[in-house]
Order: sequence, then structure tokens, then C-alpha cells
Amino acid sequence: MGNVVLSVGIMNEELVSKLMNVVISYDTEGAAKAAQDALKAGVDPVVAIEEGLAKGVRIVGEKFGAGEVFLPELMVAVEAMKHAMTILEPAIKEGAATTKSLGKVMIGTIEGDIHDIGKSLVSAMLTVAGFDVIDLGSDVPVEKFIEKTREVKPDVIGMSALMTTTMLKMGEVIKALQKEGLRKEVKVIVGGAPTSEEWANKIGADGHGGDAMDAVEVMKNLVGHERQE
Amino acid sequence: MSNFSSSARPKLELLPRTEVERIHLASMKLLEEIGVMIYNDNALRLLKNAGVEVDFSKKIAYIPQHLVKESLIKAPSVIRLYSRNGKHDRILEGDNVTYNPGSAALFFLDSKTGDLRRPLTRDLVDLVKLTDALEHIHAQSTALVVSDVPDEIVDRYRLFIVLKNSPKAIITGTFSIDGLYDMKRMLELVAGGEKELARKPMAIFDTCPSAPLKWSEITCQNLIDCAKFRIPAEIIPMPQLGATGPVTLAGSLVQHNAEFLSGLVMAQVENPGAPVIYGGSPTTLDMRFGTARLGAIETMMLGCSYAQMGKYYKLPTHVYLGLSDTKTIDAQCGFESGIAIVLGTLAGINVISGPGMLNFENCQSLEKLVIDNTICGMALRLVEGVTVTDETLAIDLIRKVGPGGMYLAEKHTLKWFRKERFIPSELIDRREWKAWKADGSKTAHQRAKEIVEKTLKKHEPEPLQRDVENELDSLMKTIMSTHS
Repeated sequence: MGNVVLSVGIMNEELVSKLMNVVISYDTEGAAKAAQDALKAGVDPVVAIEEGLAKGVRIVGEKFGAGEVFLPELMVAVEAMKHAMTILEPAIKEGAATTKSLGKVMIGTIEGDIHDIGKSLVSAMLTVAGFDVIDLGSDVPVEKFIEKTREVKPDVIGMSALMTTTMLKMGEVIKALQKEGLRKEVKVIVGGAPTSEEWANKIGADGHGGDAMDAVEVMKNLVGHERQE
Repeated sequence: MSNFSSSARPKLELLPRTEVERIHLASMKLLEEIGVMIYNDNALRLLKNAGVEVDFSKKIAYIPQHLVKESLIKAPSVIRLYSRNGKHDRILEGDNVTYNPGSAALFFLDSKTGDLRRPLTRDLVDLVKLTDALEHIHAQSTALVVSDVPDEIVDRYRLFIVLKNSPKAIITGTFSIDGLYDMKRMLELVAGGEKELARKPMAIFDTCPSAPLKWSEITCQNLIDCAKFRIPAEIIPMPQLGATGPVTLAGSLVQHNAEFLSGLVMAQVENPGAPVIYGGSPTTLDMRFGTARLGAIETMMLGCSYAQMGKYYKLPTHVYLGLSDTKTIDAQCGFESGIAIVLGTLAGINVISGPGMLNFENCQSLEKLVIDNTICGMALRLVEGVTVTDETLAIDLIRKVGPGGMYLAEKHTLKWFRKERFIPSELIDRREWKAWKADGSKTAHQRAKEIVEKTLKKHEPEPLQRDVENELDSLMKTIMSTHS
């Protein structure tokens, strides 16, 4: 009896480490199958995410920090994680202990601006750092920021702009948040080539990310530092 | 669609073929009619026996064209240079490039004080270790003439320090006739014997005629001895434009080529098939300050032209390039060395000696060596050219991503980005302003300094075998006591 439990435990352990491996080997194709296999064998989806996917992403993140891997690896690792998440997330039981997260970040490129890369980098790096990221994409209207804020209740809103013409919209989002009585419940951070600390202060944002790595640091500070274990 | 892959090596050729031939013919005529002055009776007798007309009182040999042509055929067109551990072997052929530090600097740029001073043993140890660690500095040189040992043995001592601190192959030279014999013994100890060294040469010896058209006794003997022992010899003429050579580039090329050919003939007469490298250390006289211009654009043009002459003769080539006339690590240092290394690499010079060198040709800097290492890496990437295949054309990928899409998270990007681009060390700053400022607003000079410190702290070169090291130590002691 004890042996059976043990062997099941070992098999599950293997399935969880398989999930870690699809992330660290950038195996986007194998990610969904690894997630299905884990669920079929009865692995707790929360464990699969925490001990498998998130662990893999953390390893890639550490290598990125050390300059051993670069943006494409980071992006594809996150991609692989997302593929597996689409299978694992719906399987988390209602009321079950949710996955640990640094906080929920909602991010998007502002209305009129279709530049996606900087925002996507920040999005990937936040995921690697352990945030829950809701990426609204690019050309996001002011109203959508407000509507989604009500819906997903993020801890932080991140806005990106590449053009001096579109960055003006950032101030409008903050004003709308105030008007709707939502401003006190969220922190706001801005980023993108034309933005600066001064700009962030001027429009009443809480922070400014100079580049993707800086953005992650600023967000960590805004939500009150490290992962709550 | 074919799988045809094309990445043509981009190449720089300053001289049209007809002009290369003109220079060749002019220098052969010059050797025959004006001759070359040789302060070495062995060499004069050697030439006389080979049928050369020699004026022993004037010490001038008039080398006939047919002998030049015969000698050119005998010299090998490929030279293999071996490292102690087999990990850094280099092949000098075609357009392959090997970089090594500019050699025999009389001064050292002190990292801490920023002052020029005479180098000490520990400076040479640091330089050799750093060279050992740097990816694109493929070979060593006996780069510093250290001041804390007697001048009589400093040539042997430099090689001793290099052999102890790095397995990479070496470009060296000697300051005396006996020096070569001692240094050969040192190399044989490390290579495992006389036959082993002859089969797998680990070092190249520089031999420099004295422009215009003159060979000193020592250099000439070194050249003949190298030929005898089949040690690869780099013949390095260095006519200074406007001083020891004509001020015109073409005229200096004729004289340079004649000086080279005279050395080549001596080596081949001594030992047919002796490995000889077409070398050069171009300098032009500064007409305001009377100094040598090593970082001048004409210097670089000469270097690239030398390579063309050498390639015309199907010989391995070597040029001193990548040196700067600056006194510190500044913009002039970066652009003079940067332009020269790129041009020299495009010209396909087989050995480029110069990284680390500034203050004309007499000061080495560890920080500059780190900076030049990055320039060398960039230049090597340049000559890899643009690879064009079905996969790199990426038409399927462009279709898949579509208008408005993004390539960053694509497998194609993941697969190709490391192959397609040169990834530099942290010498190069590519962060945005805020991050750069938060990290202390450092210049390339400061970053280079940090890399030097970090590398010297953590890098441990592969050591010599204990018994070999002991033998080498006692040989050095014997040499020292003989000369004290």
C-alpha cells in the first residue's frame, strides 16, 4: 500500500517537473500536453502551477538576471507557461487555495498607440517575477481601462505609450479613475520612451518604469515588496 | 525553393590587381638594381652561394628576379600555430583572422594612477592572464618589456612569463642572436621536445628589417635561424612614410615589398620551404610633431595593402593594426582602434597585432585591451556577412506573424538571435538613461576597468604541468645566471 502511494507520488513529481521543463526548454508545443498529463494523473493544479510552471519561469528569470539568457528566451518561456495555464487554471477548484502571487497587474498600451513591444516585455517580466498579469493589448481606450479595473480589481495599472501625442491619454485615465472613485484602490505606473518621472508626477501617477526591468522593481515597491509565502 | 546558403565574406581590397602587379614588379627591379644592405656576413655568403651578386665591402646584395620568384614558390601558404592545450590552435590561411595584443611595449598605462610608467613583471602577468581570458584575443604576445629584470635577458623572461600564464599560442621576438636559441629551448620544453615543436610550432618570431632596405646583424641572423629551425618568422618591414620611406603610399609599398622579399629570399635560401609570414608595421611620420602616426587612416590603408601583397604571393599575412596615438582611454582611442580593426579584418589579415596598444606603439593598457576585444568580436561578426537561406529569409515566418504582429516570442527569433548577432560583454552599455544613471553613470573606460578587475580576480589560466614548470623555472634560472 505504502509503495503504491510512494510510486504515485514519484510519478506526480515527475509530471510536475515535466511542467517545469517545458518552460525552461522553451517547449511551447509540449506545454499543453504536459498540463493535461498532470491533471489526468490527479496532480493538484495549484501544485502544478506553483512547483512546475512558476518554478520554471523563476529559473529562466534568474538566468535572465545573470545575463545568460535574453528576451526571446524569456518571452517564449512565458509563452510556454501560458499554454499550460489555459489548461490548468480552469481546473482549480472553487474555493481552493489560490496560487501565490506578488499581486495583480493590469497592463496595456494607451489609446491611439499600437506599439506593443515594450508593454509585452514588461508583461513577460512581471510574469517571471511572480505577478498575475492581465494584458489588455494595445490601443486600449480610456473607458476600457476603467471597465476592466472594476472587473478584475488589479493592484496596479500599468500604461505604456511610445508617442508624445498618445502619452497625454495617460492623464485622462487617471482622471477617469478619480471620477469613478477607483483611484484609491489601485496604484498607477506609466512607462514608454517619451515618459519620465516628471511626467508621472505631473499626471498624478504613482511611479515610472524607465525600462522593463525597472518597471518590475517599481511595481514590487508599489505592492509592498516580496512574494507572500 | 532551394536550400542554397550564401554568406559571402565581405572583403576590402584597396588596390586593383594591376596595381598589385605594378608594385610587385617595381620592388623586384629595385632589389636587382639597388639591392639591399645586409649587416650579416653569414647571410651575404648564403646569398652569394645561391648565385646572388654581393658587394661585401658595401654589404649589399643585388637579388635577381628569378631567385625572388623561386623563393616565393617554396614558401608555404598555410601556417598552423598551436596552443599548449590544443584549445586555441590557429590556422593562418585565406582570410582567417587572429588577434593578439600589440607587442613589446616599453610602457604600461597604470590603471590606478592613469600614468605612463615602466612595466613590472606583475603587469605582464596581468596582461597575459587577461589575454588568456578574452574571447576574441586569440593569441598571446610578449607584450611588455618589463623593467624589473636585466635588459640582457628580458626577451627570454617575457616568453617565460607568457608560457607560465597561458596556453594560447604566442607571437614573440628576441633582442639578440642567442635569445632565439634560449627561447627555442623554452618552447621545446613546453611542446615536449625539439621534433614536437618543429611539427607543432607554438610561437611566431618577429623579424624587422631596418628601413630603408637594410638588415641589422641580429635580426638577419634571427631570420636565418628561424628558417633553419622551421620556426615561423614574420618579416615586418616598417618604412615610415616621409622619413625612412617615400611619403607616397605607393612608393612606400614598393620599398616595403622589396624589404619583405629580401627576407623571404634569405629564409628560402637557408631552408627551402621555411614558414614565412608577410608582415608589416605601418607608420607615417607626423609632419608637425615628428612623431609616428599609428592611428592614422593612411597607416590603416597601408596595412590593408600589405595584406593584398601577401595574398598575391599566397602567403600568410600579419600587420600591426588597432593601435592608437592617444594617451588615455578616450574617444580617439576607440575610433582609431575601431576603424583599424574593422578595416584590417575586412582585408583578411591573418594576424592583427595591436589590441591594447596606445601612445603610438609603446604603451599597453589592460582597459584598452578589454575594449579592443569587443571591437574584434564586432569585426569578426562583420566578416561572417549576411547569411541568406530559405530559413533566414523568413518568408513563412513573416506570413505567420502578419501585419501588426510581433516577432519577439517566435521560435524563429529564439533559434536565430544568437547566431545572427554579436553579443558583447558588459563593456557596452545598452540600458536606458535611468538605469545607466542609477548604476553610477559609468563611461566605457570605467566599465572596462571593472571588467579588468573582475577578470583578473576570477580567471585562472590552465597551468603548466608541474614537472614542465619546474624544468622551465630552472632553465630560466640558468639563463639568468649566465647573463648576470
